[in-house]
Amino acid sequence: MAERAAGEALVLGFETSCDETGVGLVRGRTLLADALATSMAEHERFGGVVPEIASRAHLEAMVPTVHRALADAGATIDDVDAVAVTSGPGLTGALLVGVAAAKAYALALGKPLYGVNHLAAHVAVDELQHGPLAEPSIALLVSGGHSSLLLVPDLAQEVQSLGRTVDDAAGEAFDKVARVLGLPFPGGPPIDRAARDGDRSAIGFPRGLTGPRDAPYDFSFSGLKTAVARWIEARERAGEPVPVADVAASFQEAVADVLTAKAVRACRDHGVDHLVLGGGVAANSRLRALAEERCAQAGIVLRVPSPKLCTDNGAMVAALGSRLVTAGVAPSAPDLGADSSLPIDVVSR
Amino acid sequence: MLVLALDTATPTLVAGLADRSEHGAPEVLAERAVPSGNRHAELLTPAITSVLDDAGLTMGDLDAVVTGLGPGPFTGLRVGIVTAAALGDARGLPVIGVCSLDAIGSGVRTVVTDARRKEVYWAAYDADGVRTGGPGVLRPEELRRSGRIVGDPAFAARLGAEVVPAEVTTAGLLRAAEPQLADPSSAGPLLPLYLRRPDATPPAAIKAVSQA
Ligand SMILES: [Zn+2]
Repeated sequence: MAERAAGEALVLGFETSCDETGVGLVRGRTLLADALATSMAEHERFGGVVPEIASRAHLEAMVPTVHRALADAGATIDDVDAVAVTSGPGLTGALLVGVAAAKAYALALGKPLYGVNHLAAHVAVDELQHGPLAEPSIALLVSGGHSSLLLVPDLAQEVQSLGRTVDDAAGEAFDKVARVLGLPFPGGPPIDRAARDGDRSAIGFPRGLTGPRDAPYDFSFSGLKTAVARWIEARERAGEPVPVADVAASFQEAVADVLTAKAVRACRDHGVDHLVLGGGVAANSRLRALAEERCAQAGIVLRVPSPKLCTDNGAMVAALGSRLVTAGVAPSAPDLGADSSLPIDVVSR
Repeated sequence: MLVLALDTATPTLVAGLADRSEHGAPEVLAERAVPSGNRHAELLTPAITSVLDDAGLTMGDLDAVVTGLGPGPFTGLRVGIVTAAALGDARGLPVIGVCSLDAIGSGVRTVVTDARRKEVYWAAYDADGVRTGGPGVLRPEELRRSGRIVGDPAFAARLGAEVVPAEVTTAGLLRAAEPQLADPSSAGPLLPLYLRRPDATPPAAIKAVSQA
């Protein structure tokens, strides 16, 4: 049986906003299970996540993933005290599989249901590893689906958007650059690996939206992606070999430079001395190293969850659900649905 | 045997409670047919709560769950199936999936429902209600069948035939599920009747990135 600390609720969390079917179990701030099924391999030949394929996979994986989470936690479904689910943002068809499943489990068990914001859940997951979040914190969330800078005065009630990408997500840029370099999908890990042997100052790729009159916390990666493709095309036209390691390292440097510079600036401007990283791109080694370096210089405490908790998973949803239960936030109404563009100031609904 | 029946394969979601006996037709205790369009996920669990309240029963009274497996628009269809699967899993109940078209009308008939993209889902049945054709998906003009047609009357003109309005019912779902309700161990996996492949086109050119 799962260990029961007096008064702490066991929260079952569901995540299906993209291609990962995640089911997590959290009690208080203790991670008990983080079961994951992914349809990533089925999207590989399309070079990106195909929503209908992801939705079909969520349906197939749902009940087996719940069983795996319960087995990992040594719990039974009747031990669950509350249910949480990503209600948005994300792919509508994918979100709805998780929302419908979570609503049914909550109804069948007679337990409260919390529809939560996926981005806030990326922040909440850090509490499972590093304890209570310092509030306010700044959060930098970067993945294939999002690139956001958040100000978090109170994770249970109030999260503000400072900036976001105006075009591609950072992770998308990794995928597209990987494709032109002939590296596999998803592009993050292979670019990170290739960059290890490269010179990150070899090519001066552009840093989007870093001019004095640009929005200080917004991101743009579309121009960078195009610049990389043009640079490679020019080399090929000239009949010269493409230095894959140097391109990967220089591209990665451009992304990490912009992300960390803007995150540190957001901390400074708002007088905040804690920065949390999240999302799949937070697993990138150069982003982590540069964030550590710049935060240390600026006197900012950097918190980065382990790579498995940075990517989408059910534990992060359970972690935020647990936080909401503890804070006494009202559960969701019975007509909860999904909102593909749920704004970040809605932490739960 | 108290059975919860669900279907989200058409724009009208159905939630019903029926008492199945070994002999004779099941008695429908409560039913909600909600014209929910694409809001199945929002409205299905409230509809389940309503039928339980109407019948003065609770989740703990249920003995089995029946769900339509489609064919139907995918996103809504999955809502009903995953709801049934999760309810059954949480309460330790058998979950039985049936073709949703089997639960529309009765007797000799061809059933048509809206498959979007100007197509219909269809199936045909004999006097005993046994399916003799389909389920399939095609353009109404291609469905050349004589005899009674039931289902979505919006397709009458394109079918060139009268369509008697008919929808999924709790009684129809119970009737379709009867063999498996009699022997729940015979129930198969809950595989949706998609009848179409996912819309997914591989990127046309590998170098498309500089134009993208
Ligand atoms: Zn995410």
